[in-house]
This record gives sequence, structure tokens and C-alpha cells, in this order.
Amino acid sequence: MIEIKHLVKRFGPFTAVDGVSFTVQRGEVLGFLGPNGAGKSTTMKMVTGFLTPTSGTAVVAGHDVSKEPLKVKQVIGYLPEGAPAYADMTPESFLNFVAGVRGLKGRAKTERIEAVVRMVHLEGVMRQTIDTLSKGFKRRVGLAQAILHDPDVLIMDEPTDGLDPNQKHEVRSLIKSMAATKAILLSTHILEEVEAVCTRAVIINRGKIIADGTPSQLQAKSRFHNAVTVTVRNASGGAAAVRGDLRSLGGVSDVQEAPGRNGAVSFLVLPKGGRAIIDEIGHHARTKGWELDELHAEAGRLDEVFRSMTAGEGVKA
Amino acid sequence: MTTAATTPRSLNPLSRTLCVLKRELAGYFVTPVAYVFIVIFLFVTGVFTWSKDLGGFFDRGQADLGAFFYFHPWLYLFLIPAISMRLWAEERKQGTIELLMTLPIPLPAAVLGKFLAAWAFAGIALAMTFPMWVTVNYLGKPDNGVIVAAYIGSFLMAGGFLAVGSFVSALTKNQVIAFVITVVLCFGFLISGYAPVMDMLSGWAPAAVVDAVAGFSFLTRFDSISKGVIDLRDLVFFFSMIAVFLFATAIVVDAKKA
Ligand SMILES: Nc1ncnc2c1ncn2[C@@H]1O[C@H](COP(=O)(O)OP(=O)(O)O)[C@@H](O)[C@H]1O
Ligand SMILES: [Mg+2]
Repeated sequence: MIEIKHLVKRFGPFTAVDGVSFTVQRGEVLGFLGPNGAGKSTTMKMVTGFLTPTSGTAVVAGHDVSKEPLKVKQVIGYLPEGAPAYADMTPESFLNFVAGVRGLKGRAKTERIEAVVRMVHLEGVMRQTIDTLSKGFKRRVGLAQAILHDPDVLIMDEPTDGLDPNQKHEVRSLIKSMAATKAILLSTHILEEVEAVCTRAVIINRGKIIADGTPSQLQAKSRFHNAVTVTVRNASGGAAAVRGDLRSLGGVSDVQEAPGRNGAVSFLVLPKGGRAIIDEIGHHARTKGWELDELHAEAGRLDEVFRSMTAGEGVKA
Repeated sequence: MTTAATTPRSLNPLSRTLCVLKRELAGYFVTPVAYVFIVIFLFVTGVFTWSKDLGGFFDRGQADLGAFFYFHPWLYLFLIPAISMRLWAEERKQGTIELLMTLPIPLPAAVLGKFLAAWAFAGIALAMTFPMWVTVNYLGKPDNGVIVAAYIGSFLMAGGFLAVGSFVSALTKNQVIAFVITVVLCFGFLISGYAPVMDMLSGWAPAAVVDAVAGFSFLTRFDSISKGVIDLRDLVFFFSMIAVFLFATAIVVDAKKA
């Protein structure tokens, strides 16, 4: 549904987006990840026809945005960064305006607005001016506007930014509920969001894509992929002996102390090259007669992957 | 989901223009600005018209609205930029321009819709001066043809100023700057046919240039229309001014979206 082809955007001498390509299929929720200033918003603005690319293009539902921008704009529902909306309008008049522009009329229009208002829970504030709404409600107005025409393609720039945990959860549930029938592209710099809603993640840094895969594929790149946490209750020789034992195992690259409880000793055991080492550790524990409180492997840590890939970047707000 | 979304949607540019126009026009009335504007407009036209020293309506010894229309260009010089300054500057400041430009609205429809809303608003303010018209008819026997012509001229002039203002508003996100620049530009268009300016120019500039500059004068054209002479060339002039500045607005909006 979304096909992004070698998009480049330069602002003067500065290249904000540098040859970005990826596709999003129907049923996919693609998380577009990157530190602040990586080029996420700029990419989205080009896909939605707001900014003209320096080179490259995007094809949305078969329409090239540089040749048929209006067709593309019809297909897409877009929530720009910060969910801009006309401050002195009410959600009611604002959604009516957007629905009108989207070509909805009469009863179909009223019914669709009602349905969307229920979906995003705007019922109580429909007649209040938008500038008096809380951030959470403003965001919902933006979401309502974006999904009003039940678009095949939904593009959202940081949809949960600045929301409290409950509101984040609500927005994510809404996204998940729509995921099956749409192609969804959302940008975020919140890693848990990717794990919570995305079927795929693309990481961008300094305008270039540096990773593209499912969340578990990205997790597999983590130092902590297949890392094992082991907690031993009866460490006879003390913590040092257990650590020494673990370190001597073939697949182990490093052993880090972890907080133990009730006198038990606990370690985080990192594998060499992402190998699965849990069996080896379990086997060793049995031969040593360790009583284990805890023995589990991790899938990996996205935040660590993200940080190691984009290290030293994105401190500017 | 619902059938609403699956029904085919028209992409009629005219209906999009109307959507923008309606939203924009309603926008004038949700804040007190519109009412303040209209009150000021009515008050000032009233003062100018009826006061002894300025309009001298009662001293003219004749029932017409000459005094009333005489001040319109100068009133518009400050009131019209106050309407037009927010047209695009506000969109850019609020960030709603990104929303507007990613909705399926052709750029000309957006530019035209906004302009027409502003023009309609100016028209509403102008229409609310009708008690003056009623009054002169009550007091005497004015030439109502001349008055109609003058209303048309005034409305056209407002449109010309608004188009200039729309263009300037697209250049900045600061409404105060938009206001000031629009006043200056409109002032130029007003006085370009004014005798002292012409005298100054004709001292050194070639006659063709002097004529060209004079041709751009809103003032001379409005003067002749408001005397009851609706010359096709004057109509063409105002509509061309509007078209040129709206075209320029579209170019600027497109170039300066970010
Ligand atoms: N209109 C613009 N003019 C100049 N530089 C810009 C403009 N818009 C964005 N940038 C720069 O492009 C880079 C990418 O910005 P953006 O796409 O907003 O990043 P992100 O959304 O990933 O945080 C940033 O360094 C930003 O300062
Ligand atoms: Mg951004």
C-alpha cells in the first residue's frame, strides 16, 4: 500500500532524509523509529504530499504522490506531529469540516462522525473549543480527523507523544483494532510502543535507514538476545564460585551481577554471538546441584539495539 | 467498517472551495474579532460621513452618499489588512497548514476559498451600512444608481486589497508583520494615481511609466466608479488584481509550506 522509493529531502546544504526506501503492506503496522531529528517527520510529510521531495517519490495505493497528490491525499489518513487542529473550532465543527472535504455528505457524514467520536471517546467535549481541550483530547481530535474516512492508509507522526500511560494504552488499542484492514505507518521514539503495536520496525538515523525488520529480528541484534538470568539459592562456594562456574561455560561471553533476593545470588549471563545458552546453564546447574529460583532467557532489548545503533545522536529536542 | 467510507467520494474542486469558505467564514464569527471589526467599521464610516468637519454630510445640501464612500479607501487601508493578516499566517503559526495541505483540497481551492471567505466578510460589513442608504432616501432623492455603483466599487476595492493581503499573509507567520506590509503595499496602490505622486514621478520618469503607475491606482478607479461610471476596464482591473495576487498567494503557499 505504501511504497517509499529513494526519498531524499535537502534543506539547503543539509540532507534531512537521505535515500529512504521501504514498503508497508495492508495488515502491517510499521513503526518508524529514530532519535529526534532523524528525518521521520520529513519522510512522512513527503509521503503525505505536504513536502516535495528533492528526489525519489512515494507510491500510495498505486498513486504516485508526485504525479497524483490529490488521489494520494484521498487515500491517506494523516495525523501530523502535534496533532494540529483549528484552535477556535469545536471538535464538532472541525470534524464536520474534514468530513465535508473528504466528500462525506448528509446522513453518511453524521453517522460516520458519530461512529468515530465513539471510537476515540470524544463524546463529552464535542461543543468545547479545541484550544480549551487537554492534550489527550486534542490528540483524539487529531486521530478522529485522520480515521474519519476509514482510510486504507494511516500515517501517524508520534501519535502517543505527550500522553499519559492510560491514554497511550488507549491509542495503541485503537491502532491495533484497525491494523488488520489498513496499512499503518507510525513514527515513535518509544521502544515499548514498537513491541506493543508494530509488526515491523524501521530504524532511521541521520536520514538513513539503519535497520528494518520485525521487532523480534531487531531484538535478536541485541547483546541481550538469549541472555540468561539465573538465580541460585544455595550457592555453596558463594557468589564468586557461581560466577566462575558460569564464566567457564563454552557459550558464555560475560557474567554480570544482578540483584538477588533473600540471600540468593543472581547473575545475568551474556552469550557469545547470540547463542542459545539456557540449556547449557541448566545442565550445569543440575550437575552442580544448584537450587534455582529463576532461570530464563531474554529475547533481547530493543532500547539497547536502538541506542547502540544510533549512539551519540538525537540529543537535540 | 461503516458504509460511509466505502461510498465513492467526489473530488469536486468547487465543493472543496465551499468547504474551505464555510469553515473560514464561520471562523470570523466564533471570536469577538468579527463583531469588533464590524462595529469599528460602522462607527468610523458613520463618524466620517455625518461629522461636520470631515464628511460634512449635512453641509453638502444634497442627499447622496458621496461623503460616506469618500472615506472608504482610507478606511480599508487599515481595516482590510486586519482581516487578511490571519488568512495564511495563522495556519502556519498553528501548524494547521500541514493539515490543510494534506487534505484532498487542490491548492487553488484552498486559496480561493479563504479569499472568498474574507471577501464575504468584508461584504457583510459593507452591507451593514445599508441604514445610511435608507437614511439618504428618507432625507431626499439621491441617485440610487450612483449609490449602487459606489457599493460595487467599494466591494471590488475591498477584494483587491484582500488579495494583496492574502499574498502578504502567505509570506509570514507573524500577523503583525503581515498587517504592516499589507498596509504599506495597499497604500502604494491607493496613492499611485494621487496628483502629488504623479507630479513627483512625471518630473523624471518616462510618460509610459507614469501612466502605468497611475493605472494601478485603486483610488482613481474607485473614484470614477463611485461617481456612477462603471467602466469595464475598471472592473477588469480589479478582477485582474485579485487573480494575480491570488495566483501569487498560491505560489508562495506552495513554496513555503515547511
Ligand atoms: N523546514 C526545514 N528547514 C530546515 N531544516 C529542517 C526543516 N524541517 C526539518 N528540518 C531538519 O531536518 C531534520 C529532520 O527533521 P525531522 O524530520 O523533523 O526529524 P524527526 O521527525 O525524526 O525528529 C532535523 O535536523 C530538522 O532540524
Ligand atoms: Mg518528528
